[in-house]
This record gives sequence, C-alpha cells and structure tokens, in this order.
Amino acid sequence: MSKHPYRGLYLIAAVLLLLPLVLPNSFYVDLAIRMAINAVIVLGLNLLIGFAGQISLGHAGFIGIGAYASAALPTHFGWHPLLAVVAGAVAAGALAAVLARPIFRLKGHYLAMATLGLGIITNIVVRNEAAWTGGPDGMAVPPMAFGSFEVTGDKPWYWIVASLLCISIWASINIIDSPFGRALRALHGSEVASKVVGVHVVRYKVSVFVMSAMFASIMGSVTALYVGFVTPNLADFFHSIELVTMVVIGGMGSIYGSVLGAVLLTALPQALATFEGWETVVFGAILMLCMIFMPKGLVPTLAARFGKGE
Amino acid sequence: MLAQFLQSLFSGITVGSTYALAALGFTLIYNSSHVINFAQGEFIMLGGMLAVYFTNSGLGLPLSLVLAIVLPAIVGLVMEKVAIEPVKGAEPVTLIIITIGASLVLRGLVQIWLGKGTFSLPAFSGEQPINVLGATLMPQSLWVLGVTAIVVLCLWYFFARTLMGKAMLATSFNRVAAELVGINTDGVLFLSFAMSAALGALGGILVTPITLTSYDAGIMLGLKGFVGAVLGGLGNGLGAVVGGLLVGVLEAMGAGYISSSYKDAMPFVLILLILFFRPSGLFGGKATDRV
Amino acid sequence: MALLEVQDLSIQFGGVKAVQNVSFSIGAGIVYAVIGPNGAGKTTLFNLITGIYTPTSGSILLDGQPIQGKSPDVLAQRGVARTFQNLQICMNMSAVENVMVGAHLRLNRNLFKAALRWPALKARDRYLHAEALELMRFVGLEAYATARADSMSYGALKRLEIARALAMKPRLLFLDEPAAGLNPKETIEVDTLIRKVADTGVTVVLVEHDMKMVMNLSDRILVLDYGRKLAEGTGAEVRRNPDVIAAYLGTHA
Repeated sequence: MSKHPYRGLYLIAAVLLLLPLVLPNSFYVDLAIRMAINAVIVLGLNLLIGFAGQISLGHAGFIGIGAYASAALPTHFGWHPLLAVVAGAVAAGALAAVLARPIFRLKGHYLAMATLGLGIITNIVVRNEAAWTGGPDGMAVPPMAFGSFEVTGDKPWYWIVASLLCISIWASINIIDSPFGRALRALHGSEVASKVVGVHVVRYKVSVFVMSAMFASIMGSVTALYVGFVTPNLADFFHSIELVTMVVIGGMGSIYGSVLGAVLLTALPQALATFEGWETVVFGAILMLCMIFMPKGLVPTLAARFGKGE
Repeated sequence: MLAQFLQSLFSGITVGSTYALAALGFTLIYNSSHVINFAQGEFIMLGGMLAVYFTNSGLGLPLSLVLAIVLPAIVGLVMEKVAIEPVKGAEPVTLIIITIGASLVLRGLVQIWLGKGTFSLPAFSGEQPINVLGATLMPQSLWVLGVTAIVVLCLWYFFARTLMGKAMLATSFNRVAAELVGINTDGVLFLSFAMSAALGALGGILVTPITLTSYDAGIMLGLKGFVGAVLGGLGNGLGAVVGGLLVGVLEAMGAGYISSSYKDAMPFVLILLILFFRPSGLFGGKATDRV
Repeated sequence: MALLEVQDLSIQFGGVKAVQNVSFSIGAGIVYAVIGPNGAGKTTLFNLITGIYTPTSGSILLDGQPIQGKSPDVLAQRGVARTFQNLQICMNMSAVENVMVGAHLRLNRNLFKAALRWPALKARDRYLHAEALELMRFVGLEAYATARADSMSYGALKRLEIARALAMKPRLLFLDEPAAGLNPKETIEVDTLIRKVADTGVTVVLVEHDMKMVMNLSDRILVLDYGRKLAEGTGAEVRRNPDVIAAYLGTHA
C-alpha cells in the first residue's frame, strides 16, 4: 500500500464538491451524474474483470433488474422505493450466485458465455412482459420519497451519487490492500498457486461476481429513480459492451482507471451525437486501438510511462 | 399435428444451416488461435447486404454472389492482419474485446453506407412453395440445405485429405509443434479468418431471401451461431455443424410449441443449460492441465 | 504412525497409466526424496498427494485420515504446502505480497471488514507483512524486500515460492525440483536452505534430479520408474540396488 493511498480519492472528492459551482447548466450536471453512476458500476465490474480476471458480457442485465425493480415493485405492488432498491439488489445477487457457482467450477472463459446468455434473456423478458414492465416503450418510475418529501431533480441526486462514488472508491481501495483483495489478485496471477495456499477459488470468484452484480443493480435503481423512467435499452447487449469498454479503456485492475474510463465513455456518445452512425464505428475503433496499443488501459500505461506505478 | 411439427422442423433446419456455417466459422478461428471471434456475425450480415447491393446495382445474381463471398473474405483477412496478428500473445479478455470492437466498426460502416433499412434478395429458384405432408417448404430452403451440405462435404475433404487442411488441424492441436515441423502457423491463422468470413457470408446470402437482412442482422445470427459451436463442443468441426442445426431446430420448435415472443431467447437458455450440465458440448472432450 | 501414508495409489489418463500401485510411508520430521527418470510419474505423484489430481484407485492418509481427492485448499488447512516445477508466481504482485498470500489462511479474510478498513484487520496485516519480510530474509531474499515479482530472477523466484510455502507454517512441504534451472552456486544455496527448513521440524518431500543434492539431504529415497515403485530405502541402500542402477543411476553411482 503506498504511503498515501487515499490521495486520489481526496482529489476526486474535491472535484465533486466544486463541480456544481463550475457547471454552466443542468445538462452538464445531468452528464456528471451519469458519469458518476457509471463509475460506480465500473468499479464493481473492474473487481471482476481486472482482479478476478473474469469477463461479464451481460452486466447491463443486472442494471436492468435494479431499474425495473424500482419501477415495477412500487407501481404494481405499492412497495416503498427504498425497499424496492434492496429487493433489486438481493434479486441480482441471488441470480448471480445461482449462475456463478456451476460456471466457476469450469476452466476457461465460460462466464463470458453464461453472462452473455443471461443478459440477452433478461432484455427479452423485459421487452416481452409488457404488463409488468411496460414493454419496449418502458415505464415510469415512482420517485424515492420519505413521507411527503420526494427526492427528485438533479440537485439532490447529484449529492447522493457523488457520495456513493466516494464511498465506493474508498471501499475499493481498502479491499484491494486487504487479505481478501490480495487473494483476488493472486487468483488472477496464478490460480493454482492460490489454491495451494488455501484460497477457495470458486467461493472467491462467486463473491466478486455477486458483489459486482449487486453494485450494478443498486446503480440501476438509482438511474431509474433519478431519471424517473426506464426503458429496455438500459439492459441491452450494447450497454453491457459499453461497460466492459469502460473497464478496459481506463485500465483493468485500476481504481482510478475505472473512474476515468466511465467519465470518458459517458461523454463520448454526447460528443459523437452529431455524427449519427459514426458513433458505433468510433466506439469500435477506440476499443480496437486501445486494446492493440494500450492493452493495460489508460491509467496503468500512463502511470508506467511517467514512472509512478499504481 | 404432423404438419406443424414438419413446418417447425423445416424452418428450423433452414435457419439452422446458417447457424451451422457461422458455428463452423467460429470453430475454424478458435482452433487456429483460441480467439472467440465476436465479429463472425458481421460476416454473415456482410454477405447478405453485399449481395443485395450488387444485385441492385445491376450486376446480375451470379457475379453478385461471388463478390458477396469474396469481399467479406478480404475483410476477414484485413481484420486478421490489422487487429489479431499484432496482439498474438495477449490475454483472452483483450482479444475478445478487439473482436467486439471490430464487429462494431463493421456494423457501423454498413449502417452509414447502406442505411438502416431491411433488404431482401429474390429467391434463387422462385417462390412456389412445395407441399410436404401438409407442411410447406420453400424452394430457397432446399438451396440453403443443399449448398450447406456441399460446403460441409468440401470442408471435410479439405481437412481429411489435403495437406493444407491437415496443416490447419495440426496447428489447432499444438501450435508450437506445428511450427517446429515447418507449418506456417501465421498463414494458417490468415487462411482461417478468410475461410471463416467466406462461410459466414455464404450463410448470410443463402438465408436472406427467407429472413431478410439489415445492418444489425449480424448480432443475433452470430451469437446464435456461437451457441451452436459451444453446443457441439468448441473446437469440434462436426460438432459445430450439428450444434448449429440443433440450435435452429430447437429455436423453431420452441417458437412453434412454447412461445413465439421468446423465440430469440431459446438459444441463450440453451447455452445456459449446456454450461450447467455439459460444458464440453456434445462432442467435446475433457482436458487436464499439466502443472 | 507415519505422517503420510500412500497405499496402492494409481492414476490413469486415458490409456496412460501415469502412476501404478505405488505404496510408501513418510515419517514426521525427515527429508524424503522421490527420484526417477523423466516421465516416471514423480510430479504426477506430487499432484495426487497435494490434491491437484484425483487418483483412479488407492488411498493417501495424512495422520491416518484419508485425503485423496480433496482439493488443494482443504489440504492447505491440514498443513500441506508445495512448490511447483513450473513456477507459479503471481507476477502481477510484489514479492512480499506473494509471500503474504501464503499466510492467507492465518489472516482475517472478511470482506466487509476489509472494505471498512477495520483496525484489527489492518493490525494483523501489518504483523504478517513483517513476518513475510522475515521469511524472505530466511530464504536469502532480503534484497528484494520492495521488489515486484516480475523483476526478479528465476533463481530468486524459486526461493520466493519456498518463502510463500513456509508462510503457511506447514507440517509437510513438497518441493518439486527446487534446483531445476539453477547454476551450481545457486544449487548449493538451495541445498543449504532446504537443510535449514528441515531443521525447523518441517517434513520435507522433494523431487529432484541432482543426485549429489538428493544423497546429501535425504533420509529416505523412493525410486519410481514408469509409474511404478522400483525401490525404497536410505541413500546407501538405494545406491546399491541393482534395478535402480540399471534403470537410472548408471554404472558410475
């Protein structure tokens, strides 16, 4: 652990505190909120991809579970929005656990295939079950409320999301330099060696997968509550790919890389919006070029270049 | 009763043949490089879209079809040289993401060039349906099945009887050993991308008169072909063909007997079942690692 | 009662009978060597005992309890540690972290406490960090105290693996070709190190080709050939055995 492990966190916290003063209008505040939401999801996904070395190609499915839980449970069953968030997280975690246990007993990249299947199935279910989910057009989300006080609008959500981001970064830093985190990194480095020192490989991989699924679900609920509306696009294959791209571009295994990746790739579609059609091409080109020339991702490559080391 | 069963069976084998060709493409590339090529679906889409483009430009069906197979093959070669060869020893995650990136580039370029519309090709020998025991069979289906069968036979001959084919097999068993006996494994990889793209494109062309094509037709076709390859045992050629056909049939049966709105979900439920109960697929073997 | 007892152990990979009906026992506190030509099944035997493979038949008893087929992490809990013929070092971590991973079972592995930076957990971590540095000193790697694993030489990495295995505080330590790939000077250093380890009371089992080292270190030797037990006994006994001479040692024993 470096002497000042939280240095980057303090910087980010400072930026988050000052940002609302600098941003010109609510469009940019909205963008900042979306960046932060993605950053939290990517932090969780990074633990899975960067540390445990496994790929999930269906993570948007978990986001969808959280989002639609926040939409459907209060609307159809009258549940309190906070309870719906918890329910979504539990459901996502349970699904991840059920899926992961048999998959992780296998060698190789079977998780990629399994999550691919799961993500697509989730998307199709959401599109089909219109009575519960509003179908392809989506449905409205009842806002988070405590008594008569409703949490709506970008101001309160900015602070909620900013706090969540700081907490997530803090927790991630702590986890990485702990026995649990070390075991994860050892898993990635040499599975055989970690087995031999007593790491229960399957259990660790499952824990990480479940954790990243729950992160995603909670942030899916947050997105739904903030925007006030959900559509199936939230849980589609392209969104899953976007998330993996954020992890990879920022740097697998790098916390600040995750944040950077999320920031850059949330802003990119906005920048490309004028180039209808080219968005896909540019995205794909970035993915390819980054992986060919900077396979470690932005932050680790730059850190090595400037001699700092993470 | 029988009619409905046969109907589902026919449509299942027809689209299953496209999956089978896609699955073969996945297998070829996986065998020579252990890369799962997520751009395979885009080769299928390119075949169909290019065929449409060339026929609409007045080139006549035969020439259009030839171009629609050759050009994707060239695209495959370019992809291999530009995106795969430079990163040969990289981690699997990296390679998977590169192929995903390539698929986005291909899909985006086609979207820009040819738009978001849906297109069709005229059926090769007319649209008069054939009546088989109460079920209808489109003549195009016979084309699909027939051409696929011929292609599979040719491939079998290629791998079993020709030197080049055996060299490709050798590379898939043990790359280093193959290099040591003088096989140009880079050339094998090169060729496998070209063949895989051509196979995919062919499948796309054959099935366009029935299922139509569009810039995003490749995603689902490719993914389902992938399921077929895994079902048959990733790396096993015969398994790929059987797997692809099975996926098509099971999908059609599911749509016909269970629910048609969940048609697209069937192959993915299938892959989850495979991974839970028989991850090595129908024909795959168990492997042990030497520590 | 012997610490480790192997009874009629066999494993088959398809048609290849890698290990056939091998039986032997190892008493606590000795240095036991397994030798034999390449392909004789030595590493396979190690993999069977340390839980990487499951035998097709036969049994392995640790303290009288059967352990065949149990996974490596369970065996780690029973005090079994090993190093590998093909180095299994986590190149993505620093040298010290590699050693600390060895102490995994003795650390507080709770995820929530880790996320919250629980003081007790951090304190134990600091203690084990110091212990890991001490172990690195024990194996002669004090120069690499702040190094990353991927910057170390092959010989250093072999000793790092031993340090990691020792971090488990094992009762039984399996060393798979500890001198492979080392030059004569490094080989002597490893020889001395193994002696040091054995002197602390750990039972050491090693696979090795370097005959001088084997004869120097071992209290008892098992000779394997084509997966079968060819001979067993002290160094002197094995050296005189005509079968062993014919199969392995040659005429200039």
